[in-house]
Amino acid sequence: MADENLDVGELLELLRARAEAVLDEWERAVATAQRTPLPDAALRTELSSLYEALLDGVAGADGGPEHARSDQYAEARALLGEMSHARARQGFTPTETAAAVFELKRAIRSVVGNDHAPTAVALSDIIDGLALYTFETYAAAREQVIVNQTEQLLELSTPVVKLWDGILAVPLVGTLDSARTQVVMETLLQTLVDTGSGHAIIDITGVAAVDTQVAQHLLKTVVAARLMGAECIISGIRPQIAQTVVALGIEFGDIPTRSALADALRHVLHQRGYDVVRRADAANLVPSGLGAAVTGVS
Amino acid sequence: MDRIPIYKIGDILLVSIQIDLRDQDAVDLQDDLATRIATTGAHGVVIDISALELVDSFIGRMLSTTAAVSRVLDARTVVVGMRPAVAITLVELGLSLPGVETALDVERGLALISSHADRHDARQ
Repeated sequence: MADENLDVGELLELLRARAEAVLDEWERAVATAQRTPLPDAALRTELSSLYEALLDGVAGADGGPEHARSDQYAEARALLGEMSHARARQGFTPTETAAAVFELKRAIRSVVGNDHAPTAVALSDIIDGLALYTFETYAAAREQVIVNQTEQLLELSTPVVKLWDGILAVPLVGTLDSARTQVVMETLLQTLVDTGSGHAIIDITGVAAVDTQVAQHLLKTVVAARLMGAECIISGIRPQIAQTVVALGIEFGDIPTRSALADALRHVLHQRGYDVVRRADAANLVPSGLGAAVTGVS
Repeated sequence: MDRIPIYKIGDILLVSIQIDLRDQDAVDLQDDLATRIATTGAHGVVIDISALELVDSFIGRMLSTTAAVSRVLDARTVVVGMRPAVAITLVELGLSLPGVETALDVERGLALISSHADRHDARQ
């Protein structure tokens, strides 16, 4: 044990003395391994502070250098954590990220040679441990990016728009799972309260497929709105979806359904006592084809 | 013992529940309402629950029962001002308060009953 510690000491001295050579070798190897080059100065600074932290860690370790997770390597781990977080965000591959640490072994071997085999193996273990840690942090950072994106997507994809006094529309796009439904429901109900709207049109034109699960979610939203005193209409039911709904035996009960958002709006306006009529002088203002669609309402 | 006050406005009874109801309060309110509908001959009841942050299955059933009882006594019950969170909870519990009419706030609740009364009178 004492011999080994002495060896570690010697090795450390050697490594410190030849730091520049090791760093040169390391930097060159890392730069080759990476597809997207970092600015030279940034990479050099990163690697040299990591090298310092690693050597300090080895020097401070009394139980041999195999405890990559012990306190002595706290600084090295913090630096690695920072590095892998940054790389995960910049879109580096896992191999490129892990290579940044593994390449140090090769750099040390090529500079120091194979004379200090037992101690070099111990040092190699610690580098392996730190590389594993890097990879873990990298994966965690990537997961975090995905979680953030999912949340942003949830918020982005659930707008509630006001169509008319007292009439809201919720254009749903994408897939409708329970998390989405929850967000849609909360946003819709809160907007009903805030605007004092008595009607809401849920438009599912952008929903890819409707199965029993999705229908269940839609029904829940409608029932919740009813409990608060607002009526819902489901619009944007494409022909294929209508067929699926019937084939699956889904019952929308007394909830009005329409194929187009325009039809739903017309229905709600009618219920609220509005009629859309064409003005007498309209023939001079709008090409007849456009006007005719509006006059159809009575 | 606290009782929930019942206000008579024209021929509509207005109840505003401002405290979290214990089960006994709910039962008392149901009794009081039935008595007041019968003695006043009111044709509408508006129950404002906008202050309630929690509606459990017991209160939910009380609202349904009250609606059914008042219908027997020829009065409509409108529950108004339910909070979004409460509505979501009830739906998740599978309670849709069948037979209970709802409105966004007291004003709309009163209007709902009046409009019905007008049609009722016109028919007769």
